[in-house]
Amino acid sequence: MAPIIETRHLTKQYGKLTALNDVNLTVEEDAVFGFIGPNGAGKTTTLKILAGLLLPTAGEVRLDGQDLLTAPLEVRKRIGFLPEEPPLYNEMTVRDFLVHVGLLRGLSREEAESAIPSVAERTSVTEVLDQVIGTLSHGYRKRVGIAQAIVHHPSLVILDEPIAGLDPVQIVEMREMIVALRSTCTVLVSSHILSEVSQTCDRLLILKDGRLVGQGTEAELASRARGLARVLLTVRGTRDDLARVLDGNAEVTGWAVEFESGGVAQVRVDLAGDHVESVVGRIASAGLGIRRVTEAEAELEQIFLQLTGEGER
Amino acid sequence: MRGLLLVARRDLQAYFNTAWGYVVLAAMLLIDGLLFNAWAMGSSAQYSSDVLEKFFYLSSGVVMVAAVILTMRLFGEERSAGTMVLLDTAPLTDLQIVLGKFLAGFAMIAILLAITVYMPALIFVNGRVSVAHIACGYLGLLALGAAVAAIGTWGSAVTRGQYVGAAIAGVVTVAFLLTWMLAKVSDPPLKPILSYLALFDKHFQPFQKGRINTESVVFYTSVTFAFLALAVRGIQGRRWR
Repeated sequence: MAPIIETRHLTKQYGKLTALNDVNLTVEEDAVFGFIGPNGAGKTTTLKILAGLLLPTAGEVRLDGQDLLTAPLEVRKRIGFLPEEPPLYNEMTVRDFLVHVGLLRGLSREEAESAIPSVAERTSVTEVLDQVIGTLSHGYRKRVGIAQAIVHHPSLVILDEPIAGLDPVQIVEMREMIVALRSTCTVLVSSHILSEVSQTCDRLLILKDGRLVGQGTEAELASRARGLARVLLTVRGTRDDLARVLDGNAEVTGWAVEFESGGVAQVRVDLAGDHVESVVGRIASAGLGIRRVTEAEAELEQIFLQLTGEGER
Repeated sequence: MRGLLLVARRDLQAYFNTAWGYVVLAAMLLIDGLLFNAWAMGSSAQYSSDVLEKFFYLSSGVVMVAAVILTMRLFGEERSAGTMVLLDTAPLTDLQIVLGKFLAGFAMIAILLAITVYMPALIFVNGRVSVAHIACGYLGLLALGAAVAAIGTWGSAVTRGQYVGAAIAGVVTVAFLLTWMLAKVSDPPLKPILSYLALFDKHFQPFQKGRINTESVVFYTSVTFAFLALAVRGIQGRRWR
């Protein structure tokens, strides 16, 4: 079976600026992929190429076995795309809009009309199906945006910043909706909100300066992030005492007191490498009583900073 | 063909789902009616065929203005609303998108012209005109409308803002209208070329007088296809940027 997404030496240049540089990517299974990277890393360019909105300067892109350059219409039948701002015709009702999009994407009228109830249920827009889109709230507009992306049963759904502008309740609903999509298709989610990506996505793709610098599950990437370490310490001492020991220490990349009470502080210390014993020894040598030491798992934020080198700035 | 018709139907509905289509049609009909009453009918006695000729002369201006206004939103509106992405990611060729949009704009012009039929019909009240003359005039108006609608579709396709697109289409249309003046002060081989390119002077006047000129039909068809081809090139270029 052909991979859902396969890129070979994918390169995109805007004049002299290289937005994507030799990106090789293979996505084989139905899962939710998080696409992350610093601003200007090439995420939007990649999404636009996969969605058929842009053509690459060099390299190959195959979606579900179809080549983007030689069979663009076949590729477009297999994708659903939701940009950050949902593309909606405000004067249409939700039902008419979804039928129209289904027809545009190659469904017959019967297929499009029969797809509406299940798509509406999956995206929780059943109650607004006969409402004019222009009257919908931002949350509903996002849901209709997802509905238009899946109405034709695509193999790949691309969502660009799907939770942007949503309130906390809507974010939870959107997260559930995205996770549920994986039962029928591969989902590629681009987001700046790392905690969201961590909760929603099965696998991560990390771009930096137009290159793919990391690919895998969060745990796989954490193990790849060499020497990454974080410890939680409970120490008898004050914030000032800790500052004297930790500030200016090359082994420590960052630290923060999580709480302080009755002369005892809990502090989170990020280390540049496997320096736990050394740092704990320095704290003990400074006369601060160490009550507890816990190794914490690297969080996505740390992995991201390490793989993209953003933390070095 | 199916994709083309889907695009055309949506765009045609969009004219009538908002006030825009009604306002443009009403304004154009009002202007055409006033011009017909003031200049074509006039107050002095005249031949019915002259009245009809003046009606087509005046209506040609209304059709050209309407074509530019009606087509300026075809791509501009989609871009400003962010809905162009629906068409760009759908399994449609760029040709289908351009032809669908052009067809919607042209259908509006046809609707506008269909409503103006009452004016030549009024001539029958006190006079007699040839139905063939009316048919020829309307054929000319449709051909002229198609050519200017194609210019408007191209203007809308290659610019981001609707007003800029309308301005470019307007300038190109006026340039085509005024080539007869340049032809007058030019020498061969430029003179016959400029004369041939005159959108109204050379090519519409035969229709206005009730004659179907094959050369003019070919000219309007050529302008229509040329600008639609340019519009296709214009939107194809976006994917390479």
